[in-house]
Amino acid sequence: MNPAPSVIVFTVLSGLGFGFLACLGTGLLHPTGWTAFFVWGFGYALAVGGLVASTFHLGNPQRALLAFSQWRTSWLSREAWAAVATLLVLAPVALSDWLGLGLPRGFGWVGAGLAAVTVLCTSMIYAQIRAVPRWHDWSVPLVFLAFAAAGGAMLSFHPQLAMLMLVVLAMAMLLHWRRGDGAFAKAGSTLSTATGLGTIGTPSVFELPHTGGNYLLREMIYVVGRRHAHKLRTIAAGLAVAAPMFSLLLLPEGVAVVVAVACHLVGAFVQRWLFFAEAEHVVGLYYGKR
Amino acid sequence: MTSLPASTGTKLGLVIDLDTCVGCHACVTACKGWNDQGYGAALSDQNPYGADPSGTFLNRVHSYQVVPDDAPPQIVNFPRSCLHCEDAPCVTVCPTGASYKRAEDGIVLVNEDACIGCGLCAWACPYGARELDMDAGVMKKCTLCVDRIYNETLPEEDREPACVRTCPTGARHFGDLGDPHSAVSQLVAARGGFALMPEQGTKPTNRYLPPRPKDRPDQASLLAPLLDIKATGFAGWLDKVLGKI
Repeated sequence: MNPAPSVIVFTVLSGLGFGFLACLGTGLLHPTGWTAFFVWGFGYALAVGGLVASTFHLGNPQRALLAFSQWRTSWLSREAWAAVATLLVLAPVALSDWLGLGLPRGFGWVGAGLAAVTVLCTSMIYAQIRAVPRWHDWSVPLVFLAFAAAGGAMLSFHPQLAMLMLVVLAMAMLLHWRRGDGAFAKAGSTLSTATGLGTIGTPSVFELPHTGGNYLLREMIYVVGRRHAHKLRTIAAGLAVAAPMFSLLLLPEGVAVVVAVACHLVGAFVQRWLFFAEAEHVVGLYYGKR
Repeated sequence: MTSLPASTGTKLGLVIDLDTCVGCHACVTACKGWNDQGYGAALSDQNPYGADPSGTFLNRVHSYQVVPDDAPPQIVNFPRSCLHCEDAPCVTVCPTGASYKRAEDGIVLVNEDACIGCGLCAWACPYGARELDMDAGVMKKCTLCVDRIYNETLPEEDREPACVRTCPTGARHFGDLGDPHSAVSQLVAARGGFALMPEQGTKPTNRYLPPRPKDRPDQASLLAPLLDIKATGFAGWLDKVLGKI
C-alpha cells in the first residue's frame, strides 16, 4: 500500500495525542495553572493536528463533515465521532486543571476511555480490510494502542509505566510482524483464485492491461519499501522502544523524557511508513505483483 | 445508507465468457466513451499524450498464460471490472454514505456529491474495481451503465451496458443473476460459471465462464503421420546404402 505522508502523520500524531490526553484525563500527569494550559494544549495540538493531516489526502475535503454520517457501519465514521467525543469530554477536565475548578476525576476517566476507543477505531480502519491480509489481524489494534499508551506514559513523565508500555509495544510489534509475514499465504488468495483459471493449469501474467501507471498501481501495488523491510523493522524497534528505554534508564529525568519521546516519535514514523509500504493488497495478484 | 440491503431479489450483473474473449479492448474503449458523458464526473486522463500517461478506467482487460500439466500453454484474455458483490466491502467502509448498493437491482454505485475521495472503498475492494478520478477527486466505478439499461429514450437493443453492447465476439452477457431462469443464469449453469476470489467472502454477482477444454488429438503432433516419410525407388535404395556406410 502507498505510504501517503498525510496518513502516516495522522496515525502517528493523533495516536500519540490521544494517548497523552488519556494520561492527562486519568491524572497520571496532573498539571495546574498555566502549566496545565500548555500541557493540555500540547495534547490537543497533537490529536487535532493528526486529524487535520488526515484530510490532506482527501479528493474533496470540503465535504469531510459527511464522514460523521455512517457510524453504524464505517470505522472511519466511528473514529470521527470518537475523536470529537474525546476532545469534548476532556475539555472541562482541561479547564478544571487550568483554572483549578476541582472537577471530579471521573470525567477524565471517561475521556481516557473514549481516547482509547478513538485509537481502536483508527486501527480498525486498517484492520477491517480483508483485501490486505497483513492488516486484517487483531495485532494491528494492539500495536496502535500500545504506541498510544507508551507515548502517553512517556510524555506524562511516568518512567515506570512508560517502560512497561514500551515492553508491551515491543511484543506487539514483533507479534504483528511475525503474524503479518504469513498472512498473505494464509488468506489463500492467489492468481489462480483471482482469475479462477487454476482449474485449467498454472496461470501467470502474459500481458498487462495498460502500459502506463494507474491509480491501482500507485495506491495499492507499492513495492518500493519491502526490500529493506527487515532493516527498517530493526530501526523502528530500536528507535521506538530500545532508545527510549535506555534514555529513561540512563539519562537525568528531564532530558531523558525529551530524548525518549523524540526517538520514539521517529521510530513510530518508521514503523508506520513500513506498516503501509509492507502491506500487500490482493489486487496486486492481477498485475503479477505483490 | 452504507448498510448493505439484506437481500436483493434482482441481481443485475455481467457474465464474461473467457472462452470467447479475444482481448480486443473494445469494451474498455466503449466503457470509457460512454462514461465520459452524462453520468457523474467524466473519466479523466492525466498527461494523455505525454511520456507518462495515466487515466481512470472502469474496466481493464488483462491477458494471462495458463499452463496445464499435460498440454501446451494457452492464452486467456481476462476483462476485470466491478462484480457488484452481494457482500460488498467497499460499501460498508464508506464513511459518508456515498458508496451504496441498490436494494432494487443490486447495482453498487457511488453518489459523487457525497464522496470525499478518501479512497477507503478502493482499499476494501479485492478486485481493483474502483479508481479515484484524479481530476474530480471522487471515486469512479462500473455503474453497470445504469443510465443506459433503464433509459427509455434509447432503442431497446441499446439498453444494456456499453461494454456488452459493443463486444464484437459476444463474450459479455448482461442480465439478472438472481433469477435462476434468466438467460445469464442458465448460461452460468450450463458452462460452469465461477466467481472470483470466493475466499474473500464478497459473494460477487458477476460470473466468469471458463475457457472450453481444448481438443487433444491422440497423436503427439498433427504432423506426425507426415513426418514418417518412407522413401521408395532410387531414393529408397540410396537411403539404404547410405545408412549402411
